[in-house]
Amino acid sequence: MSRSLSLIAGLAAAALVAVPLTGAIAEKAAPKPSKAAATKTVAPPPAPVKLGLGRQALPEEIHAWDTDVRPDGVGLPPGKGTAKEGDALFQEKCSTCHGEFGEGVGRYPVLSGGVGTLTADRPDKTVGSYWPDATTVYDYISRAMPFGNARSLTADEAYALTAYLLNMSDVIKDPDFELNQGNLAKVKMPNADGFYLDDREVSEKQFWNKNPCMTNCGPAPKVIGRAISVDVTPDEKAGPRVD
Amino acid sequence: MSEKPPSDILDRRRFLGAAGLAGAGALLPLAAKAGEAAKPDPMITELQDWNRFLGDGVDKKPYGVPSKFEKDVIRRDVSWLTASPESSVNFTPLHALDGIITPSGLCFERHHGGVAEIDPAQHRLMINGLVDTPMVFTMDDIRRMPRVNKVYFLECAANSGMEWRGAQLNGCQFTHGMIHNVMYTGVTLKTLLDQAGLKPNAKWLMLEGADSAGMNRSLPVSKALDDVLIAFAMNGEALRPENGYPLRAVIPGWQGNLWVKWLRRIEAGDMPWQAREETSKYTDLMPDGRARKYTFVMDAKSVITNPSPQAPLKFKGRNVLSGVAWSGRGTVKRVDVTMDGGRNWREARIDGPVLDKSMVRFYVDFDWNGEELMLQSRAIDETGYVQPSKAELRKVRGVNSIYHNNGIQTWLVHPDGVTENVEIA
Repeated sequence: MSRSLSLIAGLAAAALVAVPLTGAIAEKAAPKPSKAAATKTVAPPPAPVKLGLGRQALPEEIHAWDTDVRPDGVGLPPGKGTAKEGDALFQEKCSTCHGEFGEGVGRYPVLSGGVGTLTADRPDKTVGSYWPDATTVYDYISRAMPFGNARSLTADEAYALTAYLLNMSDVIKDPDFELNQGNLAKVKMPNADGFYLDDREVSEKQFWNKNPCMTNCGPAPKVIGRAISVDVTPDEKAGPRVD
Repeated sequence: MSEKPPSDILDRRRFLGAAGLAGAGALLPLAAKAGEAAKPDPMITELQDWNRFLGDGVDKKPYGVPSKFEKDVIRRDVSWLTASPESSVNFTPLHALDGIITPSGLCFERHHGGVAEIDPAQHRLMINGLVDTPMVFTMDDIRRMPRVNKVYFLECAANSGMEWRGAQLNGCQFTHGMIHNVMYTGVTLKTLLDQAGLKPNAKWLMLEGADSAGMNRSLPVSKALDDVLIAFAMNGEALRPENGYPLRAVIPGWQGNLWVKWLRRIEAGDMPWQAREETSKYTDLMPDGRARKYTFVMDAKSVITNPSPQAPLKFKGRNVLSGVAWSGRGTVKRVDVTMDGGRNWREARIDGPVLDKSMVRFYVDFDWNGEELMLQSRAIDETGYVQPSKAELRKVRGVNSIYHNNGIQTWLVHPDGVTENVEIA
């Protein structure tokens, strides 16, 4: 969604004026290089070049596509739903793949449980155990679910399903709690603080090694595992048919 | 014909699995038999059909297809990996390729909601959010913009992800095949953003696909203005539908999930979106239960493609070892190869173009007398990063991170030429 109401208002005003963008837009003049700049080796970034291609997006067009939701709640549409309402919907539209309680069917994702398993040998990364933001649940449901019939849910249905999933994860305890545009972004997820920025260049700096060993680099290696023993490789004949 | 049918190789593999290695060598006559009386080769002495009768006319295959004798060179999937073929992945047959360019029809596919089939005349790209003028472009608009050509690798962050806990899949197609390397043609993302005019507080972009998954990812503006392309062609032809036709993002050196296919919208904002693909997926769970996020860069990595389990050694004497290496941080400076499991290394010969954030091809020409080999390759990039062993990686990252497994791969070549994926210590 557009990031401020004033921006939306500005777009509407611009649309009323309805200036078609043509090739007449002048290129911005490059800044005059100063003496100091001339001695520098780094060139200034080139000024934007207006090509006169494309056209201004209309407010209705932006409204139709601009449906994403951010962690701060920007983009959430008006609407509301409870876990109790979500339960019925979930059984109808989601349980075929995810199971009645989000336990997963076949290899479709497990949505419930898993809390406390993130240091375990086989962690279950679910909404309740892993996802840092409640808004992501709404965003993903409304953009990609149900699988095979995306974007078919109303805002109220997406709120209700989000509430149901958060209720299954004990994030929302009360099945009658109304989740809505105003409170979804305020829901604190259990693993919200479980993430940190990529730090490989610091925490793995030993991998930047000027002189890797080339000769007599240790004792003779032993085989400790074999893919053949696991035996899960697809058969050569199992490939798709090629005409 | 000297070619062994694939079934023969498979049967040998099963035999090895069931009965161990003793005696297996007897099944495979490896080297040319010395001392046998030379007989004339009927392929030379007898007239062959293709040498006598007319072949196909010019329009039999107006968009060419490979020789029927190459029918085993195909993308393959691992059906147990995913719930449905519409949200799944298949793998590039690295063992059957050479040079650095992946043929378009063999570039691995990864979809989250199936392949979107889009008429380019009906495709639109919108740029909105923190911009001076929200814009809509048609494919015709984009094709009238200044154009660039660049060769880059595209690697899925989960490539080799099934191997974190040990050797699991027996073929470099499956262990390393979530990568391809092609020449993209398109426009710079900066060119497109300049048309809308980014506001000074725009720090992140959200890229969104037109597919049924509505794939979305957040991209820092600094990267967007650096080297990101919006491409409509690969290897000189239009993008293949499975690779994002008619328009996709190209994010050099960064994980494939960011390279949004069927790209229809770019929104500018002041913070990341925390989409499903950057929270519940594509974050790296570490041993302490916390996870790294925004791990965009693909570390330096390499793999020996030949020999490998699907391409065993067939001959004693002269052989060509071959493989590919790449780094998301720039160019590959050197590739080392060991034949004794890491005790002794030699520098491989890199041949062909060495390009920024592109695969390189390396070779070692060697004589093989039938001894057991433990083959590994080790890439070193221009930043001095040396591809680590799997043990070194696990020491830092544990085994739950799923993504970014760039550890050194080991192939064990048996005296009969059969080659398998192993873990060594």
